[in-house]
Amino acid sequence: MTSLPDHDSTDTNRATSTYLCIGCPLGCRLEVDELRGDIVEVRGFSCRLGKEFAEQEHTDPRRLVTTTVAVDGGRWPRLPVKTTATVPKAVVREVCRALTAIRVYAPVRLGDVVAHNVLGTGADVVATRDMPLVETKGEDH
Amino acid sequence: MIDGRPHVLHRAYDVVVAGGGPAGLGAALAARRAGAQRVLVVDREKEAGGILLQCIHSGFGLHRFGEELTGPEYAQRVLHAALDDGVDVLTDAYLLDIGPDRQVKLLSTEHGVSLLDARATVLAMGARERTRSAIRIPGDRPAGVFTAGLAQRLVNMHGVLPGRRVAILGSGDIGLVMARRLALEGVEVVGVFELLPHANGLSRNIVQCLHDFDIPLHLSTTVVGIHGRDRVDRVTVAPVDEQLRPVLARAWDVPCDTLLISVGLIPENELSRALRLRLDPVTMGPVVSSAMETSRDGVFACGNVVHIHDLVDFVSAEATLAGGHAGRFATGQHPTPDNVRLQPSTNVTYCVPHTVSTEREHTVYLRVREPLLRSALRLSTPDGRVVHERKLRYVVPAEMVTLRLRPPLLEGFHGDTLQVEVLPR
Repeated sequence: MTSLPDHDSTDTNRATSTYLCIGCPLGCRLEVDELRGDIVEVRGFSCRLGKEFAEQEHTDPRRLVTTTVAVDGGRWPRLPVKTTATVPKAVVREVCRALTAIRVYAPVRLGDVVAHNVLGTGADVVATRDMPLVETKGEDH
Repeated sequence: MIDGRPHVLHRAYDVVVAGGGPAGLGAALAARRAGAQRVLVVDREKEAGGILLQCIHSGFGLHRFGEELTGPEYAQRVLHAALDDGVDVLTDAYLLDIGPDRQVKLLSTEHGVSLLDARATVLAMGARERTRSAIRIPGDRPAGVFTAGLAQRLVNMHGVLPGRRVAILGSGDIGLVMARRLALEGVEVVGVFELLPHANGLSRNIVQCLHDFDIPLHLSTTVVGIHGRDRVDRVTVAPVDEQLRPVLARAWDVPCDTLLISVGLIPENELSRALRLRLDPVTMGPVVSSAMETSRDGVFACGNVVHIHDLVDFVSAEATLAGGHAGRFATGQHPTPDNVRLQPSTNVTYCVPHTVSTEREHTVYLRVREPLLRSALRLSTPDGRVVHERKLRYVVPAEMVTLRLRPPLLEGFHGDTLQVEVLPR
């Protein structure tokens, strides 16, 4: 740990957050120091991607959501779906909860939209496979 | 998936492929492109696509397609590519035997038992999960003990939750992905327990599947007992010492109704054994040449049936190689023999393919035994003369190492065995 410059008396207000880098198997432990809402230092990265990841995770962590929705008349009772863009990490659970209310009907094509602009995130939710219509329900239902 | 092929079974095929996952479909397409006219894929499920169909998360295809796809998207892409190119896909069917006269025996819902002629075959049966029995966890035998992949299928395809309060043994990617999946479905995931001192999955999954949901990861800890009369009511876990032996004096109980087991995959080689193919005791898959040909002429293999891959992208690359050679074999062009055997040595558990040629370019996949921060990959003769050395940045057992082997690297080498080592530097 390097000594802190003594002219910055507010350094005691620095908050350090730690992240695990996802860029490669190295899995660097990243540390981000924040002072009054601004990132003042990033440590622990081994490459540019690590530094960028730390800053992104600290300021605006986002995730792609993949889950399933109910589908009637298809080969399987669940249809896999994803968001068309990443959404804020904080709303991932809410997105999944909102999708429990959705029921679609076979046939479905890959890319069909099952929910527009989910929870106002700007991302649509789309099917990630075709779901053919099956006349008689299979033994797996 | 679409499987709307005309259900006519021909008497003879150029290439018959066992298994309709990414390996089998990729091989079938490559066989067609290499000149095979009639190519048949046989899959035991009611639709082709393989295990990718239940892997609804994203992260597939970055190497192969340059974009991040979900499992079902990847599966559909390779299935359509095969069907569009004229490959026949027979589902609800098993390949039972390949006779010495290249006669293939099938069992299918639609056609019963059929005997077909196949000039070449490709084994692409994939892998099976290791179970509780494989690692011998003591205790009761109640309901509520699942392999992680089975739970994944129940949740993502059947819409059935395996339980309400779940412990997970093993930190491989399937276990981690299931931790997130169950958490998103409102199931309480009480913890992931890993025997080794390091996580086995990608750090990406540690972050996005565990950290994001505050699921604790207990390293150097394993399950030493399962309790419950009809249903699991708790498991006993214990830390392990450096020899990986549980320290029972420090064990504790974890209340839960479900235990998911994610402790690795085993290549599914019943057929390979029945055919008396040479198997590698480490990979537990067939020994293959650089053309992905097994010890029997005209029988090729690719994907997880050969060795367990980290990424489907590598499976597809291997399938293209195997299928291409199978297609050419069917048209009378046999693969050129290899002249060098690869011998896994210091800190290398296995190499695939098992043999190569000094005349051609190859991609060799290998796995290390111990993680190393800075390492070097070395090829040397059995008497210790270094033929080629390359720096590696960071190696872990969970991550396959790939080596591009080009003829210039082996200039001046005239032996028949190359030792492959990964050493600290």
